[in-house]
Amino acid sequence: MILRGGVRRLFKLAPFGAALFLSGCDWALLDPKGPVADANRQILVDSVAIMLAIVIPTIVATLAAAWWFRSSNTRAQYLPDFEYSGALEMIVWAIPLLTIMLLGGVAWIGSHDLDPAKPLASKEDPLNVQVVSLDWKWLFIYPDQHVASVNRLVIPAGTPVHFTLTSGSVMTAFFVPQLGSMIYTMNRMGTQLHLLADNPGTFHGLATQLSGDGFADMHFEVVSTTEQDFYQWLGQARGSGEDLTSDRYKELSKQSIVPEPIMFKTVEDGLFTKILDQTLPPGPGPIAETNPGAAARNRK
Amino acid sequence: MLGKLTWGAIPFDQPIPLFAGAFVIVVVIAVLAFITIKGWIPYLWSEWVTSVDHKRIGVMYITLGMVMLLRGFIDAIMMRSQQAIAFQSQGYLPPEHYNQIFSAHGTIMIFFVAMPLVIGFMNFVVPLQLGVRDVAFPTLNSVSFWLNATGALLVNISLVVGEFARTGWLPFPPLSELTYSPGVGVDYYLWAIQISGVGTLMTGVNFVTTILKIHAPGMTYMRMPVFTWTALASNLLIVAAFPVLTATLAMLTLDRYLGFHFFTNEAGGNLMMFMNLIWVWGHPEVYILILPAFGVYSEVVATFSRKSLFGYRSMVLATLTICVISFMVWLHHFFTMGAGATVNAVFGIASMVIAVPTGVKIYNWLFTMYGGRIVYATPMLWTIGFMVTFVIGGLTGVLVAVPPADFMLHNSLFLVAHFHNVIIGGVVFAMFAAYTYWFPKAFGFRLHEGWGKAAFWCWFFGFYLAFVPLYVTGLMGMTRRMQHYDVPEWRPWLLVAALGAAVVLAGIFCQVAQLVVSIRDREKLRDLTGDPWMGRTLEWSTSSPPPAFNFAVLPQVESLDDYWRSARLAESGKGPTAEPDYQPIEMPRNSPTGFICAFFATFAGFAMIWQIWWLVIVSLLGAFATFVVFAWRDRTEYEIPAAEVARIDRENRRARGEALATAEALS
Repeated sequence: MILRGGVRRLFKLAPFGAALFLSGCDWALLDPKGPVADANRQILVDSVAIMLAIVIPTIVATLAAAWWFRSSNTRAQYLPDFEYSGALEMIVWAIPLLTIMLLGGVAWIGSHDLDPAKPLASKEDPLNVQVVSLDWKWLFIYPDQHVASVNRLVIPAGTPVHFTLTSGSVMTAFFVPQLGSMIYTMNRMGTQLHLLADNPGTFHGLATQLSGDGFADMHFEVVSTTEQDFYQWLGQARGSGEDLTSDRYKELSKQSIVPEPIMFKTVEDGLFTKILDQTLPPGPGPIAETNPGAAARNRK
Repeated sequence: MLGKLTWGAIPFDQPIPLFAGAFVIVVVIAVLAFITIKGWIPYLWSEWVTSVDHKRIGVMYITLGMVMLLRGFIDAIMMRSQQAIAFQSQGYLPPEHYNQIFSAHGTIMIFFVAMPLVIGFMNFVVPLQLGVRDVAFPTLNSVSFWLNATGALLVNISLVVGEFARTGWLPFPPLSELTYSPGVGVDYYLWAIQISGVGTLMTGVNFVTTILKIHAPGMTYMRMPVFTWTALASNLLIVAAFPVLTATLAMLTLDRYLGFHFFTNEAGGNLMMFMNLIWVWGHPEVYILILPAFGVYSEVVATFSRKSLFGYRSMVLATLTICVISFMVWLHHFFTMGAGATVNAVFGIASMVIAVPTGVKIYNWLFTMYGGRIVYATPMLWTIGFMVTFVIGGLTGVLVAVPPADFMLHNSLFLVAHFHNVIIGGVVFAMFAAYTYWFPKAFGFRLHEGWGKAAFWCWFFGFYLAFVPLYVTGLMGMTRRMQHYDVPEWRPWLLVAALGAAVVLAGIFCQVAQLVVSIRDREKLRDLTGDPWMGRTLEWSTSSPPPAFNFAVLPQVESLDDYWRSARLAESGKGPTAEPDYQPIEMPRNSPTGFICAFFATFAGFAMIWQIWWLVIVSLLGAFATFVVFAWRDRTEYEIPAAEVARIDRENRRARGEALATAEALS
């Protein structure tokens, strides 16, 4: 009785659930905008499909056995001594083992193909971007163009971007869901990541590792532009904004939330290296005797 | 005089913790006053607080776990409601408070809910299943429990005095280092976990010794019930993993207190060392919790299918396989650190391999049901609910073990949904099944079925309603631990998740009602047979509740599921019913050692947190003195005379015989 009631309830919920699921086009991870995210998504979908092939029958068989062998069912056979079967044991070990061998292959190949440090195949030379996570903002340095920005990453569509990442403070992670593969940023350590945006567009980027009170505000905008617009943006950047010197960086590395993106028209040479080798010290953290979280909120 | 402790530590300006704390204090004082007025203190002191009886300690562990579940769940409700509200706004919880709440939620749910529940059931059940009178080191067992309670107490004190960690349930440096977390929050975490961790480690030593060395005659390894096997595996993991936790947290403590640089940004410290070490403990911890849960399901599914467990040897092998492999997969918690492709692939595949023995278990439970006569008592509902839910959690678990998929899902709400899927659908459901299943053994009456089933359905649907939306928001790119957000697509799902939490709340309400109703109707629900479910293992062969000595005469075990077979023989009139030859029994004496040690440990922990050094010294000396006094004791055991044993056992046999006769007459 109770099982039947439960099933009926499930059916009542179904249309509601289906409506929500059909809005699937908003699902960032299933709506990739670059080859890395697309490959990640493909592996995600394939793995789920492989597993569903055994998970769904298992769930159905569980419910079927549980229902058929209920004590009130007089037609069900009672087999009190059915407690071992060599053949069944073989099958029982073999099914998950085979599935895992298949998936293991997916994982092995996928890990190598999608190694974040592996350059993307492209005719274009990659754009180098150095990323520094700070409390609680993202600094993007364009070493070859000698400009920098905070909380706004502008990249040309179709050009691979080679990110070198570190942290000017605590550890966190860099993630642009629609471009793919997140990676940690860690002080005194540099990580590598290669991404590419297929077309112009604006994407949401965020920190995905708790980094303190301002963590929720540590998101950024990724603007993918045409090549022409990118150069235009560079020109704009060089024509306005501030200079990113060591002193300005120290100011920036203090805990704060940056509501609007900042532009820097020049960048001190080797700034990223200085952050990486701690010539410029890691962020100071909260200033004693104040409540940085509250202060940051008030500024917003 | 009081170190860093000043009036400023009490959050007079923050109404939520202040009122919550005041409420808890009022409730505690009211309960204590009630107990005192009723004159229960001498009884509680001599029969419970100082008890070294594994059954009493088990019940106290479970009570602790259930009470802390309420606390942890209040945190969960606050998180769900904050995220439901905080769309393009700050919600009602500022980040410094919200961050404490999710940190406390995780810490409490793992260390002070799941662990006490699992250890509580192992305490209550394992010696009974082995057919013995107690664990190997009964007083140590009491010390373990009380140290665990100390940890729980310290976490709760942080609500009112000072703050709790804002760094998540695992305090990752450098965020948890003094530079970035100068407050006492991380210190509360460290000392609460260190003190309770010592208790857990001693539990591990105690149970490994018990299971390996103390058996009823004839209880060979391959006749041990599966729950006991899983308890052995779990405790082996505790013995191997908890020292790593202790050492790791000790290093972080040295960083914070004495300016060491194990994990700091500066002076060559390396945060990834912490990540590696904490997960070397953290991943086995998952299996410390889930293996005994698998054991519970194995007992329940066999009992209520009226069959032996299918593939007993496979189950044992699967359990031990999981036990070993669980130590080889820790790196899958940080695929995104940028390790090489081969490293990621190897750890990814190793993680997936665990799904093989786990899958075997699922199929064996399925085949146990096959050909059974399944009785839908509440424990069986939890078990079937688990089987359906857990395979979904297993699927998403294997999915995040695929490194390129994890590059997208790491730290997302998808991950949060996954581990709640396996912990709620796996561990929590098992604990509720175990609670209903063994409650009559502990108290002599069953829990009310109607409320129990209502609780199950609320939890079951509430779980899906709360966590399917989190899977979805994870796929939408939402990360965990966000105090507020600006993305409109996430909002409807977070509202549904909050609704799910409310449905789970209804389930918890049903469970409270179930307990109240069951106590009120205890005479109607009374079980005098000692075996209300037609059980299979030795705990059902003794009375409910069992006498202090468990078994008047140690059972002679001749096969797996010995009790089931001998009970069926007895029913058919062929079994031995003759009265045994009663002997006097030696039992360990009760001891306040555990309580007094924990009393001092609480002060030592509190004093370390607030750096009140004189109190640290006094407390440590006190704890050491307690140990010395205990070590110098002259009498460790007392004797129950044969006549007394005979009197108790005859009374139990008579009650059981009458109950069985009545049952037969009714049927």
